[in-house]
Amino acid sequence: MTSKQATARTVQKEESMLRQKAMIADNFTRLSRAKEEGRKVASTFVPGNLNELLMCFDFARNFPEINSLQLGMRKKTGRLIMEAERAGHSEDVCTYVKSDLGMMAQGNIGPTGEPLPKPDVLLLSYTGCFTFMKWFELVREQYGSETIMLHVPYQGDGVITENMRDYVVTQLKDEVIPALERISGVKFDIDRLREYMRESAKAEEDLVWVLQSAKNKPSPIDAYFGAVYYVGPIFSAFRGTPEATDYYRVLRGEIEERLRLGLGPITPEGEMGEERYRLVVEGPPNWTSFRDFWKMFYSEGAVVVASTYAKVGGVYDFGFRHDPDHPIESLAEYCLGCYTNLNLPTRADMLARYIEDYEADGLLINSIKSCNSFGAGQLLLLREVEGRTGKPGAFIETDLVDPRYFSAANVKNRLESYFQMIDQKKGRATATEGAAA
Amino acid sequence: MRCFIGIDLGSTTTKAMVLDENCVVLGRGITNSRSNYDIASEVAKQEAIVNTRLNLMRRALGRLDALEGRVDAFLGRLERDFRLEQFLEQLADLERTCRERVSGDRFAGLEGATTEALAEVFRRLRDEAPAMFAPGAKRRSDFFRDIAGSRYLAVGETVAKEAGLSFDLMLNVYDRAIIEVENRIVGDTMQATVTRALDRALAAMPDLASAADEVRAEIAGALAVELEETYVIGTGYGRARLPFSKEHIRSEILCHGLGAHIMCPETRTVLDIGGQDTKAIQVDADGIVESFQMNDRCAAGCGRYLGYIADEMNVGLHELGPMAMKATRSVRINSTCTVFAGAELRDRLALGEKREDILAGLHRAIILRAMSLLSRSGGIRDQFTFTGGVANNEAAVRALEDLVRENYGDVTLNINPDSIFTGALGAATFARRAVAS
Repeated sequence: MTSKQATARTVQKEESMLRQKAMIADNFTRLSRAKEEGRKVASTFVPGNLNELLMCFDFARNFPEINSLQLGMRKKTGRLIMEAERAGHSEDVCTYVKSDLGMMAQGNIGPTGEPLPKPDVLLLSYTGCFTFMKWFELVREQYGSETIMLHVPYQGDGVITENMRDYVVTQLKDEVIPALERISGVKFDIDRLREYMRESAKAEEDLVWVLQSAKNKPSPIDAYFGAVYYVGPIFSAFRGTPEATDYYRVLRGEIEERLRLGLGPITPEGEMGEERYRLVVEGPPNWTSFRDFWKMFYSEGAVVVASTYAKVGGVYDFGFRHDPDHPIESLAEYCLGCYTNLNLPTRADMLARYIEDYEADGLLINSIKSCNSFGAGQLLLLREVEGRTGKPGAFIETDLVDPRYFSAANVKNRLESYFQMIDQKKGRATATEGAAA
Repeated sequence: MRCFIGIDLGSTTTKAMVLDENCVVLGRGITNSRSNYDIASEVAKQEAIVNTRLNLMRRALGRLDALEGRVDAFLGRLERDFRLEQFLEQLADLERTCRERVSGDRFAGLEGATTEALAEVFRRLRDEAPAMFAPGAKRRSDFFRDIAGSRYLAVGETVAKEAGLSFDLMLNVYDRAIIEVENRIVGDTMQATVTRALDRALAAMPDLASAADEVRAEIAGALAVELEETYVIGTGYGRARLPFSKEHIRSEILCHGLGAHIMCPETRTVLDIGGQDTKAIQVDADGIVESFQMNDRCAAGCGRYLGYIADEMNVGLHELGPMAMKATRSVRINSTCTVFAGAELRDRLALGEKREDILAGLHRAIILRAMSLLSRSGGIRDQFTFTGGVANNEAAVRALEDLVRENYGDVTLNINPDSIFTGALGAATFARRAVAS
């Protein structure tokens, strides 16, 4: 029996995995048929998205970052990026953007091989990433789609003030909703929004439970590599749908069972071995070498117990839920509270708190060459969190979907050094405890 | 005797260090990494064992009254003769292999002439060899490939011309043979080689004739000491290629941190500039790594950069520093891209800049890049230890001293003459600790 066969036999596909995969695939199919089915299409970005609101107008929802990352995981982005570079986009531009532009230039065929439709509206609901704005400018230039821009103030002082919330609510009521009504031809029904939000809140509750299950030892999940699958439905076209609610219920059931059995996370090669390191990770993963990257962790017994990337769409850890009783205000808060809209002190607090709450061994930052939304200030975060928690930190550098910027040897070298550094620190702590005893 | 061995497989050179159980350094060995890590680690280890034996001889001969005051002179002579014998052994292997390679269409009808020419080349190389290992003789490198290669090219060209033979043929056999020879462990047992070297040394020092028997006895005793390889730890860029199990491998970051701490116990910040990576490491009072930063996949400004510059200028790597020290000013260089190193140099020469001034600028540019990594790792703390091959370069050291003073004020800068062995020392210390624990 070859090792490949052996691996194939041991890998388990749990029901939640199959459901998740089918949901993501269905959305691509739905998008590809939108025009023939007479549905309007909205493109919007993941952080703080207004999925429930778009559903109120029957829009099919397209998320360009999801397209890029899915293309990246399928190793298709290299040539798309080069296509965009040929068109004049420089090396430093966000590679999600270049992958998307390259895809458009090559016929707008999505990750699953199905064509993606021309968007009827570009809804920009998170303006903290300046690149998003420029990205939609380029898409608008290509398709002439109508653009709606919701300006979301940055949480510079670390709080959402009443003024900020009101400012977003007013824009939603006076600008966004009327524009969506006009473009879709569907009248806004707030009760429909409330109904979707009830579903969102249920799904959010289960997702939070799943992510927080990593506080257990061993952690039954990997809150970075595993969690990128978990957050797929809720951060994209499914939040607010009964499908998503069901998915998270099933997922929670599976994790409860893993917990009961004392199991660690499932990896692409089956059950993970002994949990040796518990890490908090900041920054998005690399998608083009996702499996290899993950393997560098699980093959060393490293499990990620909390990650900020699993909060990139919205931060639920500290109590936020979509609120059907205050739907518009709740949408505003969701936009305002997404992770990259938090200031650096708040992010440092969050990371330090994760280290404590999840009893992690340290903080690892994956700095993304072409993403300033995440990248700016990351070294300061590292120092601050190291200083506050006394736990060692480390820094690696990769990229989102540009395969040229993933150096396996370099990343592995740093990770191994980091794991050994943790061992050394642990060893000394044990020795000191021994001496004290 | 129990020996604890550390092997540091660098991208350019491979170093080995042997410690006794009290962590006293018994021997060091170094060789070029020749893109065959297995051979490189074996050769480096053998070299370290040779050095260990020489040190044991030093101890043994120190007990002889007849050699009082002359041990160093005698051992110096013995080592040079030993190196000469080693060189001659490898040269014989090279000659044999070259002869075997005189085959194929291109040699049709020229086999005899080529073989004769080869015999003449190697005769001349053998004749000139003793002068290369004479007291005070300067060699461009200590590695067989470098010495034999440069001399073969020079002598071969002359001989080919004299014989009316195309030099290409001579080059062809050499190119095919050297790779084979370099990747083969050749030579007699150390005992046989030392015996021949001893005959040479005693013949060259007739005043020791009366003590010859005693000397031979002590040397035989030193050679008979059993050197038990109690524990070996591998580190460095190529460590994954070592035929060792995982517990015998440590990250070079940890090894450099610990090695620097052993060399200079007050070390808190370490800068290591190796062949293809630069590392900035912060260690605590016990040599335990607190944080580190290293260059990403781009090797700009690493040791290899200087290697390319040396190649471009057709000088030895170790000649660069002294040339740069003659500069009267430092030309501003902004790019430390290794790939464009040659272009940078030619551009500046074309602009009329002086070689030494350009070199001073290149050294400063490398160090500027290192300063950035140091800042990212947490800055420079007292004491500051500079390690790796580039620490042997006086111009790099001067640039570093200037920049440290400008940015951090008075900081003690340690550069151990054996700094190239820092990683191997750390690895050997880990080996000792592994057994102790």
